[in-house]
Amino acid sequence: MMQEPAISAEEPGRQAEWWAGVKSQLPIALGVIPFGLIYGVVALAAGLTPAQAQAMSAIVFAGSAQFIGAELMGKGAPLPVLWLTTLVVNVRHLLYSAQLGPDLQHLSRGWRFLLAYLLTDEAYATTAVHYADQQTPLTHKHWFFLGAGMMLWLTWQTSTAVGVFLGAEIPASWGLDFALALTFIGIVVPLLTTRPMLAAAVVAGVTAVLAHTLPYNLGLVFAGLAGIGVGVWMEKQ
Amino acid sequence: MVTWLTIIGMGVITYGIRLAPIVLLERFALSSALRQALKFVPVAVLSAIILPELIMPGGGVDVSLANGRLLAGLLAIFVAWRTKNVLWTIVVGMVALWLL
Repeated sequence: MMQEPAISAEEPGRQAEWWAGVKSQLPIALGVIPFGLIYGVVALAAGLTPAQAQAMSAIVFAGSAQFIGAELMGKGAPLPVLWLTTLVVNVRHLLYSAQLGPDLQHLSRGWRFLLAYLLTDEAYATTAVHYADQQTPLTHKHWFFLGAGMMLWLTWQTSTAVGVFLGAEIPASWGLDFALALTFIGIVVPLLTTRPMLAAAVVAGVTAVLAHTLPYNLGLVFAGLAGIGVGVWMEKQ
Repeated sequence: MVTWLTIIGMGVITYGIRLAPIVLLERFALSSALRQALKFVPVAVLSAIILPELIMPGGGVDVSLANGRLLAGLLAIFVAWRTKNVLWTIVVGMVALWLL
């Protein structure tokens, strides 16, 4: 038998990358668990059956779209409105996918179809940081993506299931929904190392507040574009 | 039946959005200008989610000491800046929210 080539510290193997991906999601999972619990509770309150609530977590697998979807279904919104809302709320994933895409071109079709399914805000956050790290070679980085995606998937499905069964037992006064905003703060703040990044964050945040009255979460889309525009413009100065 | 159709449609749309650029990039290479812009996507989008959560928790703008989420959020921003640790940011932010 041929001996496996020694893996240097600079080039982590598949298992090491996969585990690093799983571990990168651990702190984020803590912020996601309450969100999944609350989603389970909200979905039942909106009139979904436990099977439908759980299936939405598996099929859609996108927190904010699921929350808004459950709410709109409860209000009896027509199907085209629900689909349009999903498109608008999740269009940001197009940009995540486009950013990671070039680094995934060497992978098989199966890998890319699987990783696309696992491309959530949370998995993207740690995976994008890992891909940006030029110290580690590209060879096995998709295993990191897989580990992060699987960890987040498991956390989301499990917390949804617990939320569905706990039902309305969790009092809203605990304010557990706030844990998601805190998670995003923990991700964004360390990235604000340059003036263009800081400007992008401030402009996007202020625009989102000013544009919050726009329907279908369009304010979020405009705010994101405004932040990106200012960041690019400042970098050219 | 309509509910199931709605959920499956939402899933197809979401998956299509996540998959299309990864697959179509084989034919459409991204310009460097677009790549530069995409660098700002996570910071811009996440900030657009965060700020309304902090300064308008009840639906209207509330910049006062009575807004516990704003105070807890500011403390969390400070913790995130000093520790660069998501877990500490969540723990300190939630405890602050409960105490304030």
